[in-house]
Amino acid sequence: MSSIMKIENLQAKIGDKEILKGLNLELEPGKVHAIMGPNGAGKSTLSKAIVGHYDVDVTDGNIIYKNQIINDIAPEKRALEGIFLSFQHPVEIPGVNNAYFLRTALNAKRKHEGKEELDAAAFLRLMKEYLTLLDMKSDMISRSLNVGFSGGEKKRNEILQMMLLEPEVIILDEIDSGLDIDALRAVSEGINKMKDGKRSFLVITHYSRILDYIKPDYIHVLKEGKIIKTAGPELVAQLEEHGYDGIEEE
Amino acid sequence: MGNKGLDKAISGEYALGFEIDIETETVPPGLNESTIAFISKKKEEPSWMLDLRLKALKKWESMTEPHWAKLDYEPIDYQAISYYAAPKESLESLDEVDPKILEAYNKLGISLEEQKQLAGVKVAVDAVVDSVSVTTTYSEELKKHGVIFCSISEAIRDYPELIKKYMFSVVPMSDNYFAALNAAVFTDGTFVYIPKGVRCPMELSTYFRINAINTGQFERTLIVADEGSYVSYNEGCSAPTRDEHQLHAAVVELIILKDAEIKYSTIQNWFPGDENGKGGIYNFVTKRAICKGDNAKVSWTQVETGSAITWKYPSCILKGDNSVGEFYSVAVTTLAQQADTGTKMIHIGKNTSSTIISKGISAMKGQNTYRGLVKMNKSAVGARNYSECDSLLIGSQCGAHTFPYLESKDTKGQIEHEATTSKISDEQLFYLRQRGISEEDAVSMIVHGFCKEVFSKLPMEYAVEAKALLELTLEGSVG
Repeated sequence: MSSIMKIENLQAKIGDKEILKGLNLELEPGKVHAIMGPNGAGKSTLSKAIVGHYDVDVTDGNIIYKNQIINDIAPEKRALEGIFLSFQHPVEIPGVNNAYFLRTALNAKRKHEGKEELDAAAFLRLMKEYLTLLDMKSDMISRSLNVGFSGGEKKRNEILQMMLLEPEVIILDEIDSGLDIDALRAVSEGINKMKDGKRSFLVITHYSRILDYIKPDYIHVLKEGKIIKTAGPELVAQLEEHGYDGIEEE
Repeated sequence: MGNKGLDKAISGEYALGFEIDIETETVPPGLNESTIAFISKKKEEPSWMLDLRLKALKKWESMTEPHWAKLDYEPIDYQAISYYAAPKESLESLDEVDPKILEAYNKLGISLEEQKQLAGVKVAVDAVVDSVSVTTTYSEELKKHGVIFCSISEAIRDYPELIKKYMFSVVPMSDNYFAALNAAVFTDGTFVYIPKGVRCPMELSTYFRINAINTGQFERTLIVADEGSYVSYNEGCSAPTRDEHQLHAAVVELIILKDAEIKYSTIQNWFPGDENGKGGIYNFVTKRAICKGDNAKVSWTQVETGSAITWKYPSCILKGDNSVGEFYSVAVTTLAQQADTGTKMIHIGKNTSSTIISKGISAMKGQNTYRGLVKMNKSAVGARNYSECDSLLIGSQCGAHTFPYLESKDTKGQIEHEATTSKISDEQLFYLRQRGISEEDAVSMIVHGFCKEVFSKLPMEYAVEAKALLELTLEGSVG
């Protein structure tokens, strides 16, 4: 099976600190990959490296997306090509209307794909559908982007963006943190709806709870900057029981 | 930019009209009684006006230039300035205009014809003929309602009673150094009078007035809204205008009688100088409104992006009971620009209320200072004020400063003040870029979000201009 994204021997620093130390990972189209690992293993650094975050300095290795090395590609270019990150802590932007932001992002993507921009009416129809699906209040899109949103509202808004932009590789960084059970259910439903046999998901998580809702195809254990084990979903139970200490590098 | 036809008419009549006989006459640099007499004569003024000007000159000579503002600039040699400049010579074609200015015009979406007249290029006669009817239509419409809208020089000749009654009544000639200078030498400006109970049927703009496009160095504007009337007045424009004067000292006086309202909007985009602070316009403005009658209302809305130095505090004297003063401001300083701006709200009448929303944006080496005074006299029982001063920093070399002054003389007045300073954070930019939005678009999105409250107060067409202008001004200041 050819991969949609391939990460080869990735080494990366944040500041002076080496975090990723030769990480290898392949994402298959249509599959859900879960990255699990203890705190400080490099989970968030991995997601940041993939989207080109300014904190991360890639010192060696390659990130290959659709057969192209993207190490030096600008973040917005990566996004337009279909890489999406659901942020662990979405940032607040005062005065920027959520609907305006969503429409700008959508139209940037449509323009990139040579499609016509969506007018306001068509956009609102689309919004209505997604808001219902995610069980979001309709006033959410008329508020300032993430300003005063609860933790659950912020995560729902991330998923809303994901649905709107229809990316091909979706990275969910601790999507379940701070979510109550209802929010978790709504968010998972949105994510599951996006599965179409082609899109790949990279679910980065500390706890296995989210994996009850989004069924993974592969579990990768990330420890000390490397993927030390890859297995099927049965690994979750083993990790629950024995923790990460019991896992040896393969 | 609206009313393209009118704009053409303005420059057209200018090119065809009175340029010829004035062109040959210039006044040597320097300021003395004979310069003043020359100006007064040129403007065909009555002798009482000349006397006032000479009185102002005496006052000015006894005053010293103020330096309390947080501004740093080379001393101005007032004797080296020519106080009656001949009109700018027309250029033959746009090819003679600074390419940088042309680039800005194009980015602001200004048509070729408008570009020509903004840059002072001779405009073809057919364009003029085409639009004369438009000019006639609007002036007839105003006349029908009894609205007076003319240059200040015409008003001095044609409406001496109104001028004598109201000029210097809000900003006395001895008010401050620059106001005194203006009183002595003003040569341009607008006079507006809205009669009792009249709602001015259109937005008035400096554009409409013949010659106004030729930014005056010492403008003087006087607007009187009689009882129960309303007018919205727009000054300036987003397009950079060709201007060789470095010192500008304008005065604006607004008089609002009982139950009347004036909405005064400004977009200012004069030459800011270069990144080292070389060149650029020094803009020292005195703007003041008085709500004389009960229930009078005034609002100042300004978008300041130009000039090397800005010294400007549009103020409201709330004398009538229940009168309302508002100040909405966006001031942008980038390159090496310095702005010291804000407002004064003087509460005298009962139950007067004022609102101040000030947004300062600093980028590159720009320095932005908010200076505001809220004063509540003993008589101002039940007065209220709300102030909000927010600063946004882009990059690390710029600065923002806030000096709010509060004076409350034992009233039961209510004063609320909020101030924030924020930086466009890398996190915010990255978030937007991760959604496929380019860095430049991301910056302008954040900046517009910051200015939204103020832009929403501008007339629609002006708000669109302001948005485009902001984008242009901050272009290249990030990353």
